[in-house]
Amino acid sequence: MAPLFYIFAVLAILAALSVVLQRTPVYSALSLIVVLCSLAVVYLLLGAEFLAVIQVIIYAGAIMVLFVLVIMLLNARQETPSDRSRLAGWLGAPLLLVFLGELLFAVWERFPTATTRAAPLPDAGPRAVGALLFRSYVLPFEVTSILILVAVLGAVVLAKKRL
Amino acid sequence: MVPLAHILALSVILFGLGAAGFVFRRNILTIFMCIELMLNAVNLAFIGFSRYLGNLDGQIVVFFVIVVAAAEAAVGLAIIIAVYRNRGSLSIDDFDSMKL
Amino acid sequence: MATGSDMPLLLLAMLAKVGVVLLVLLTTIAYAVWLERKVVARIQSRWGPYLVGPHGLLQPVADALKIFFKEDIVPTEVDRVVYCLAPFLAFSLALLSISVIPFGESVTIGGATIHFQITDLNVGLLFVFAVTSLGVYGVALAGWSSNSKYSLLGGLRSSAQMISYELSLGLGVVGVVMLAGSLSLREIVERQSGLWNVFVQPVGFLIYFTAAVAETNRIPFDLPEGESELVGGFHTEYSSFKFAMFFMAEYANIVTVSCLATLLFFGGWLGPVFGPSLLRALLPVFWFSLKVFCFLFLYIWIRGTLPRFRYDQLMACGWKFLLPLGLLNVLVTSLVLAWRST
Repeated sequence: MAPLFYIFAVLAILAALSVVLQRTPVYSALSLIVVLCSLAVVYLLLGAEFLAVIQVIIYAGAIMVLFVLVIMLLNARQETPSDRSRLAGWLGAPLLLVFLGELLFAVWERFPTATTRAAPLPDAGPRAVGALLFRSYVLPFEVTSILILVAVLGAVVLAKKRL
Repeated sequence: MVPLAHILALSVILFGLGAAGFVFRRNILTIFMCIELMLNAVNLAFIGFSRYLGNLDGQIVVFFVIVVAAAEAAVGLAIIIAVYRNRGSLSIDDFDSMKL
Repeated sequence: MATGSDMPLLLLAMLAKVGVVLLVLLTTIAYAVWLERKVVARIQSRWGPYLVGPHGLLQPVADALKIFFKEDIVPTEVDRVVYCLAPFLAFSLALLSISVIPFGESVTIGGATIHFQITDLNVGLLFVFAVTSLGVYGVALAGWSSNSKYSLLGGLRSSAQMISYELSLGLGVVGVVMLAGSLSLREIVERQSGLWNVFVQPVGFLIYFTAAVAETNRIPFDLPEGESELVGGFHTEYSSFKFAMFFMAEYANIVTVSCLATLLFFGGWLGPVFGPSLLRALLPVFWFSLKVFCFLFLYIWIRGTLPRFRYDQLMACGWKFLLPLGLLNVLVTSLVLAWRST
C-alpha cells in the first residue's frame, strides 16, 4: 500500500508542475484533473473512501467541467510572457523557495517519522461521515446550503449579457 | 503506513506549486486553477491529520472546503466572464487599472 | 484483506475475471449494434441486415473490418493532443464502470470462493456515478478540439445535457439507497430478496430511467448528435477507429446503465434457482443477463418509436420536472421510512 502512495504522490506533483508550467489553459485544466484524481486515490489509501469518491464526483467531475467549459467559451489562447511577469519571476522565485523550504523543515521537525504514531483507522464510510455531518455539524451544513444558493444567484446575474 | 511527514510534505509541495503559479502566471484562468491546487493541498493535509488522529472531523472540514470551492469557482468564473466582456482580455496585466 | 500466501492466486483470479468481463462486454456492445439495427428496422417495417451470415449475425464483424480499413483523417487545425485523447478517454471510462457491477451469487470452486464481480466497493454506486461524471470530458473535449462549429455546439450542448441529468440520476437512486441502507451494489440486490425495488420506488425508477436515457445521449434526448440537426455533433470530425471508439463508448454506457437499472430496481440476479450446484451458480447470471437484455430492448424500442426533444424542452424537463420530482421522491421516502421506524 505504501508504494502506491508514492507512485500517486509523484504523479500528483508532475501533474501540478504541468498545471503551473503549461502555456495553454486547456492543458492546465486537464493536468489539474489528473492532480485531483491522483489525490482522490491518495485519500482512498489514507482510509477516506467516501471523500475520495466525493472528490472525483464534485471536484473533478463538476467544478473542473465548469472550468473547461468557461475556457472553451472564452476561447483562451496561449499565454505570452510579459515584462512584468519576468520581473516577478526573478524577484519572487528565491523568496518562494525560501518559503517552501521553511514549511518543509517545520513539518519535518514537528512530526518526525520515528516518533509519530497513527491512531487506529476510523470507519470513514458514508454512514460514519453522514452521522457526524448531520449530528455535530448540521449548522454548517445548513449554512453551506444557503451559501450555494447565493453562489448560484450571483453566478447567474454576473454572467448574464443583459439583466 | 505512510509517515505523516511525507503526507504533509506532499501537501506543502503542492501548495508551493500552486502559490508559484498564482504569483507568476498572467492568464486569469490559470491563476484560478492554481488557487484550486492550493485548496486541494490543504485538503490533503486535513485528510492526513484525520488519519493520524483517528478523528473524522478532518474529513468533515474537507467536505465543507470542497463545497465552498464549488461555490467560489462558480462565482469566480462568472466574474471572469463579466470582466472579459468588459476588458476584452484575459491577462491580468490588463486588469490593473483602478479606473473604470 | 488477503494474506501474502494467496495473493498471487487472488491476483490471477482477478485478472481472469477482468478478461472474461471485458470479452463479454465487447461482444455485447458489438451485438447490441446488431440488435439495434434489426429491431429499429422491424419497427420501421423493413428487414435490417440479413445478407452477412444468417439473419445478419456476422454484420458486426463486417462493420469492424470496415472500420479498421478506413482511412484515419485528422483535420489540420485540430488540437492534436486533445483530439486523440478524447475518444480514448470516453472509451476507457465507459469500460471502467463495469468493474463494480455484480453479475450473480458467488461460486465455490475447490477451496476458494469466487464472486461474480471484479471488485465489491462499499461505495460501489458512487463509483459508477464518479465515472459517469468524468465521462462528460470525453464529449466536451472532442467537441472543442475538433475546431468546427458543429462539433463545438454539439459538444457544449451534449456536456450541458449530461451535467444536468446527472443530478436527476443521483436523486432517483437515493430512495433505493435509503431502503437498502448501503451503497454497495451487492447489498442493494440482497435487500431486494423480498420485493423488487421497482414496486416500492416506481417514481424513482422512472426518474432514473429517463435520466439514464438522457445521460447516454439517446433518442428522445439525442439532439446534440442528431444527424439532421448538427451533422454529427461532437463526433463530426472523427473517422475510422476514433469514431468507432465513441460509438462503442456510447453502447458501453447503455449496457452499464441497464445493468445498474436491473441491480437497483429489478432485483439484479434474483430469480428462481434450482438444480445441481453448477446450475445454481450459473442461473443467477442467466437471470441477470435476461433482465439486462430486456432493458437494452427497451432502449432500442424507445429509439425506434419516439421523436427527439428540442434542446430547450430537454433542459426544461431535466431541471424543472425531473429534479423537483426527485427531491419529492426523496422526501416522501424518508418520511415513510422515519414513520415506519417509530
